Amino acid sequence: MNTMNPAVTSEADMPEETIAPVDEDKPAETLVEEGKTVGDPFSENPKFKLRNVEVFYGQDRAIKNISLDIGRNEVIAFIGPSGCGKSTFLRCLNRMNDSIDICRVKGQLSIDDHDIYDPKRDVVELRARVGMVFQKPNPFPKSIYDNVAYGPRIHGLANRKSDLDEIVENSLRKAGLWDEVKDRLDAVATGMSGGQQQRLCIARAIAVSPEVILMDEPCSALDPIATAKVEELISEMSESYTIVIVTHSMQQAARVSHRTAYFHLGHLVEVNETTKVFTAPEHELTESYITGRFG
Amino acid sequence: MTDQRSQAEIVRNSLKRRYRKERRFRLYGMLAIFIALASLAILFADIISKGHTGFVKTTITLDVTLDSETMYLDDPTDEDQLSMADFVAPIIAALQAHIPEADSAGEKRELGRLIGTYGASEIRDLLKDNPGLLNTTQTMEFLAHDRVSTYVKHADNPRYSVKLSDQQQRWVDQLQAKGVIDTGFNDVLFSRGDSREPANAGILGAIVGSLLTMLVTLAIAFPVGIAAAVYLEEFAPQNRITDFIEVNINNLAAVPSIIFGLLGLAVFIGLFGMPRSVPVVGGMVLALMTLPTIIISGRAAIKSVPPSIREAAEGVGASKMQVVLHHVIPLAMPGMLTGSIIGMAQALGETAPLLLIGMVAFIVDVPSGFLDSATVLPVQIYLWASSSEQGFIELASAGIMVLLTFMITMNALAIWLRKRLERRW
Repeated sequence: MNTMNPAVTSEADMPEETIAPVDEDKPAETLVEEGKTVGDPFSENPKFKLRNVEVFYGQDRAIKNISLDIGRNEVIAFIGPSGCGKSTFLRCLNRMNDSIDICRVKGQLSIDDHDIYDPKRDVVELRARVGMVFQKPNPFPKSIYDNVAYGPRIHGLANRKSDLDEIVENSLRKAGLWDEVKDRLDAVATGMSGGQQQRLCIARAIAVSPEVILMDEPCSALDPIATAKVEELISEMSESYTIVIVTHSMQQAARVSHRTAYFHLGHLVEVNETTKVFTAPEHELTESYITGRFG
Repeated sequence: MTDQRSQAEIVRNSLKRRYRKERRFRLYGMLAIFIALASLAILFADIISKGHTGFVKTTITLDVTLDSETMYLDDPTDEDQLSMADFVAPIIAALQAHIPEADSAGEKRELGRLIGTYGASEIRDLLKDNPGLLNTTQTMEFLAHDRVSTYVKHADNPRYSVKLSDQQQRWVDQLQAKGVIDTGFNDVLFSRGDSREPANAGILGAIVGSLLTMLVTLAIAFPVGIAAAVYLEEFAPQNRITDFIEVNINNLAAVPSIIFGLLGLAVFIGLFGMPRSVPVVGGMVLALMTLPTIIISGRAAIKSVPPSIREAAEGVGASKMQVVLHHVIPLAMPGMLTGSIIGMAQALGETAPLLLIGMVAFIVDVPSGFLDSATVLPVQIYLWASSSEQGFIELASAGIMVLLTFMITMNALAIWLRKRLERRW
C-alpha cells in the first residue's frame, strides 16, 4: 500500500504486508476484544461523534464496531498496519465510500450532532464542510488558479472575479504556496513538483473553507523536505481546522497530532494523547507496533 | 571454487542461448513489419502506376469557324433550329484544316470521331449562350475521344488495346506533332459528376455525396454514441440489463455491414417510406454501423480517466454530474474523438450497406442537398472498376487514390487531435 514512502525509511525494514502475531502462543486476534478500546476515545462536545461504526465490503467486515469522538480543532492521527481499516474509517467521515457499490456503513456517525449518513442529507454540502487530501497528489490537469478556484466556483462562493482572486490568494497563502506560484498562476498544475502539488491540493481543499480536513497519507509520495513543509502546514492549520490524518509514519504522527488512534484488523485498539501512545502505550498490540515488532 | 566456476560456465552458456533467442525474436518482429510495409508499398505502387494517368486529360484545341451554312443554323435563339443543326461539321472542318488528306465522306467521319461525344454539344451551348458568335472563328478546347486518349497515354502499354484505325493513329500522331492534341491536368475529374464517357466522368459528385453522407453520420452517431458511453460508464447501475446491453453493443460491432444495409432498406425505406439513393438514408445506415465503434472507444476513454481525478473533484464537493461534465468528459475527449474519427473513416470506405439502399445508381448530377440522389466514393470506384470501357480502369484507380487521400487525412487528423488534446496527470 505504501511502499515508496521516503518519510518512513527508518521503518523500511518492517514487513508491511504481513501482520505477525505478537508471540507464538497468543495470535493478535485474541488480544483485541470487539468494541473494546483502551485509553480515552471520548471527549466533551466533539466535532464528530462516531458510535458502533461497522463497514462492510460485500461480505467482508472491514471495520468492526468502532466508537470514537473527534474533538474540535484537534489533530488526530490514525495509525496501524496496512489493511487495518484506518483509510476506510477516514473515508466514512465525508462519505467518500459512497461511490463504491459494495460498501455499506452501519452505526451512528454525526458531525455537530447531524447524522452524516442521513439519506436526506446532501453529500455535496457535507463535503464542502469536510474536505479531503489524498495519498497521491491529484491536481486537476488545469491551471494552478483553476485548481484552487474550482471548489468556490461550483459552490458559488464568489460572485465577482475579485472575490475569487482573493479566495485563491488566501488559500495559496495558507498552504504556504503563494510565494512560489504567484507569478505563474496560469501554469498547468501537473507541471509542479510532487510536494508543491500536494500543497496545492491542500489549498484546493481549504478554498471552500471547510471545518474539517481529512488527510489520507498526505506525505507518502513526497520526499523528506516536502514532507517537512506539509507537516509544518498541518501544525499551522490545526488552529482553525479539525484535522484527521492517516499516516504510516509514526514520527509524523508524533510530530503533528494531539491524539493518536491505533487500528488493528478493523478494530480500534487504543486512543490516547499522542505523547502517551508513544511513550507509555497501554495495549500490548500498540506497544508491539510502535516498537517495530510488526508492521 | 570449482563449483563456482562451473556455475559461471552454466550461466554463460545459458546466456548465449538467451541472446540467440532474443535475436531471433527481434528478427521475427522485423520480418513481420517488413511484410506489412512491403505489401502496403506494392499496393500503393500498383494503384499509383495504374491510376496516375487518370489525372491526365487529352485535349484537342481547334480554331472552329462557326459558319451558319455548314451548321444549317441561322438563328441560335431558335430552339427548333438548335436541335436540328449540325454542330459536328465545324469541328470536322477545323480538323481538316490540319489534316487536308482526309476528304472523302468516310474519312471525314473517322476524323470527327477523334473528338469526344460531347464536343458538338459544347458548340451548341456556346452559341445558345452567345448568339452573337455565329459566323465568327473561335479557339475551342475539346476533350479527345476516350480511344484517342488511350492511344496518346498508353500506346506502349500492352495492357491497353488501341482501338483506333491505322489511319486515325497516323492523324493523331500528326496532330500531336502540331500541338493540336495535348495533355494536361484532368480538372474534369474534380469538377463533374459521373458520365458514360470516361473522358467526361468526374468524381466530384461522389465526393460531395460522401461528404453529405458523412455529415449525417457524424451528426447522429457522435452525440448518440458519446451519450450512450457516458451513461453506461458513469450512471448505469451494474446489473444484468447493463451487462446485456454491453454484450449486444459488442455484438453489433461485429455484425457484417451488409446487414445494416438490409435493416436500412427494410426500416428507413420500407417502413418509414424515405427516398432511395439519398445521403440522409445512407448517413443513417452508416451511423448505425459506426455507433458501436464510438460507444466502445468512448467507454475505454472514460475508463482511462484516473480515479484520483474523480476523487479530487468529489472531495471538494462536486456532484456526480459536475465530476462528469467538468473532469471526466474533457479528459476523455481525445480518446472519444479518436475513436469517432476512426469510426467515420471506416464508414467513409463502406460500400456494402449503401448498395442495398440504392446509392449505387448512375448519377450524373452533383448532389446539392441531403435529399438529392447521390453516390459515394467507394461505390463510384466499384462502378468504374466494373465498367467495360478501358478509360474507366485508370479512373477507378484515380478514385482509389482520392479515397485514400481522404482516409489518410482523417487518420492524420485523429492522431493530431490526440496529440493536441492529450494532457498529462
